[in-house]
Amino acid sequence: MRIFRQSLILLSSVLASFLTFLGTANADGHGEFKLGVVTFLSGPAAEPFGVPAWNGGKLFIKLLNEGKAPAPYNKKGFGGMKITAIPIDESGGATKQVQEFRNLVQRDKVDAVLGYVSSGDCMAIPSVADELKALTVLYDCGTPRVFEDASYKYVFRTAAHAAMDNIAIAKYLIEKGHDISSIAGINQNYAWGKDSWKDFSVSIKKLSPNSEIKNELFPKIFSGQYGTEISALLNSKAKVVHSSLWGGDLQSFILQAKPRGFFKRTQVVFSAGDHVMPGLGNKYPEGVILGARGQYGMMAPDTALNAWWYKTYMDEYGVFPAQPPYRMVQGLMGLKMAIEKAMEKNGGKKPNKDQIADAFKGLEFEAPGGLVQMKLGNGHQAIQPHAIGKTAKDKNGNITVTDIVRYKASCVNPPNGIKAVDWINAGFPGADC
Amino acid sequence: MLRNLLNNIIFQSVFLMTTLILMGIFIPNWLVFVVTKAIAYGLVGLGIITLMRGGLVSFGQGFVFGIGGYSAGLLGVHAGLTDAILLLFISFIVTGLVGLIIAPLLARYRDIFFAMLSLAFSMVLYGILIKIDAIGGSDGFVLPESTYFGIKPTTDYADYVLYVVSILVAGFVSILLRYYYNSTPGLIALAVRENELRVEYLGSSAFKVAVLNFTIAAGLGGMGGALNGIALGHIDPEFTYWTTSGEFVFISILAGYLSVPAVFLAALLLELVRSFSGRYFPDTWQLILGVFLILSIIFIPSGIGSFFKNFFDTFSKNKKS
Repeated sequence: MRIFRQSLILLSSVLASFLTFLGTANADGHGEFKLGVVTFLSGPAAEPFGVPAWNGGKLFIKLLNEGKAPAPYNKKGFGGMKITAIPIDESGGATKQVQEFRNLVQRDKVDAVLGYVSSGDCMAIPSVADELKALTVLYDCGTPRVFEDASYKYVFRTAAHAAMDNIAIAKYLIEKGHDISSIAGINQNYAWGKDSWKDFSVSIKKLSPNSEIKNELFPKIFSGQYGTEISALLNSKAKVVHSSLWGGDLQSFILQAKPRGFFKRTQVVFSAGDHVMPGLGNKYPEGVILGARGQYGMMAPDTALNAWWYKTYMDEYGVFPAQPPYRMVQGLMGLKMAIEKAMEKNGGKKPNKDQIADAFKGLEFEAPGGLVQMKLGNGHQAIQPHAIGKTAKDKNGNITVTDIVRYKASCVNPPNGIKAVDWINAGFPGADC
Repeated sequence: MLRNLLNNIIFQSVFLMTTLILMGIFIPNWLVFVVTKAIAYGLVGLGIITLMRGGLVSFGQGFVFGIGGYSAGLLGVHAGLTDAILLLFISFIVTGLVGLIIAPLLARYRDIFFAMLSLAFSMVLYGILIKIDAIGGSDGFVLPESTYFGIKPTTDYADYVLYVVSILVAGFVSILLRYYYNSTPGLIALAVRENELRVEYLGSSAFKVAVLNFTIAAGLGGMGGALNGIALGHIDPEFTYWTTSGEFVFISILAGYLSVPAVFLAALLLELVRSFSGRYFPDTWQLILGVFLILSIIFIPSGIGSFFKNFFDTFSKNKKS
């Protein structure tokens, strides 16, 4: 009898959970646009990256729904449709993300998915997205391979890929007359770190053939301990040390290297160095050359749109927005423009996925970080202007970025149809600076 | 006569498989996919259960899971072999052979030593895979779409076809394993679990049983990996990471070693809990998952399978009286 009751309880609980699951699959609303948002909400990439990105996204979506964003983003929601966002955690690896993606598309029936910080996820998602015919906007990840090795119909990336970050830094070092007779690098041992180092070291070699490579270190991603690496870099006495570390790894590296005088003894360049500034505050070292993967945060351009965005974010969260919120908002803006363009063509009715994808191709839109042009990968991959600067203390003793040099998008990005690495190897043919 | 038929394991399995295949037409697309993935994980879980019957737990099934997935993927990408059924079969053979090669080394160890050594194998493979850029390094690579006997189903039906294939594979494997568990070596495994020394004195070899079980577990793990890779369309070194292996161990513990179908149910439950907690509690989904794991270990310590077994035992007792 007891056993019978037990199995009855088990069966009914399974049944009950199934019913609640099925009950949540609600129908498509007319005036609604369902958007799956995937970003790191747990793990080492959450605090410095995923969470601020989603904070920015959340705030911007709220303002869009209230119709409070400035022109040309002043239409309510997406073309009058209310945006309903479904946030999903990006942690857990690419295979888990493929599954979450399918759940978003097949179970929640989202109209589009915006997301992905990790390059691995960006490599895995597009083929599934095309298979399921799901409109997908990659908002952050860096690997150039997404649209260089393949082409997709429903996938777009609204931010420049990583080649720009390292090309611009190499140019900056030379323009500013830094000693680059010897270089060393510390990058994570996976695609992002390896690609970043390759792009940087080859760019330097192209621009200054005599410089010598001293040390190439590739610690494990999320290792968090860099004592040995810092010693090795100090011993190598390289004039410039390049790093594409990001998130918690970058924070740990800075905190462990600073007490050893690392930043005073060598010129350090961080290709994606700004997003830990809000967290570290004045613990951030002086004299570091850094990029923000675009004109973001303290290196943002002086436009009305940027002034609005910077202030809105600052007022809401009490810290300045670094690259993650900028990039997510850039993705949302691109998506909004594409939808509204498609809607106009469709006589003001909600456009379907094919219409939005058509409108997205080759789109140009003004974002807080400057003009974004979907020029590469046959109109699926964005290029954008870039800025590199150097950290210094202002007169109140706060860390800020000075000596900013701005680069045109066409100066630091390859033209359509040429792979980034081939473009660097060929010595940047056709660069328009 | 009727009761004999009802008690017949093949009849039961065929009935269950037919029901599930028919059900697949009506349940939503996402659930079809989740069931397919649960079967992939369940196959690996079955392997661990085979080991558990002999008193061993492998913390490194990610090793064979990864080999199976990568062999299916590499054959698809480089040899143009996309037939899902053939790939599943090849992965089974390949990982079975790999299992047979390393089994004699592993089978000399017991308990935590066995678990740790198997874990070491999987982490070594992980370390190698993330370093080989030719096969995507840490990013992994995308698999070509699968075919079935030379026919490539349209994307609307691809999920369902794979679902049917995985149900058939799971059913077939379950029947074979049931017969194996009831065979002489299968029962000796239980005896080894109770008292290894006594089994040796009675003239059987605990070592041989462990080797056999590990080989079976490896083959099943490889097949699960291949199925998972084919279903997801993407493979990366995460397949071999220790957290993946940990999930398999949890599925086996949740299922218990008493019932074969319970493994698939456990895998499905875990998958559903994880995916819905991720959907509705994006910030705290790990917490929900953790609570679920703790509660299931406290309240069903001998696994979901114990429900089944108890249920069937009472059922047959009632019939007899």
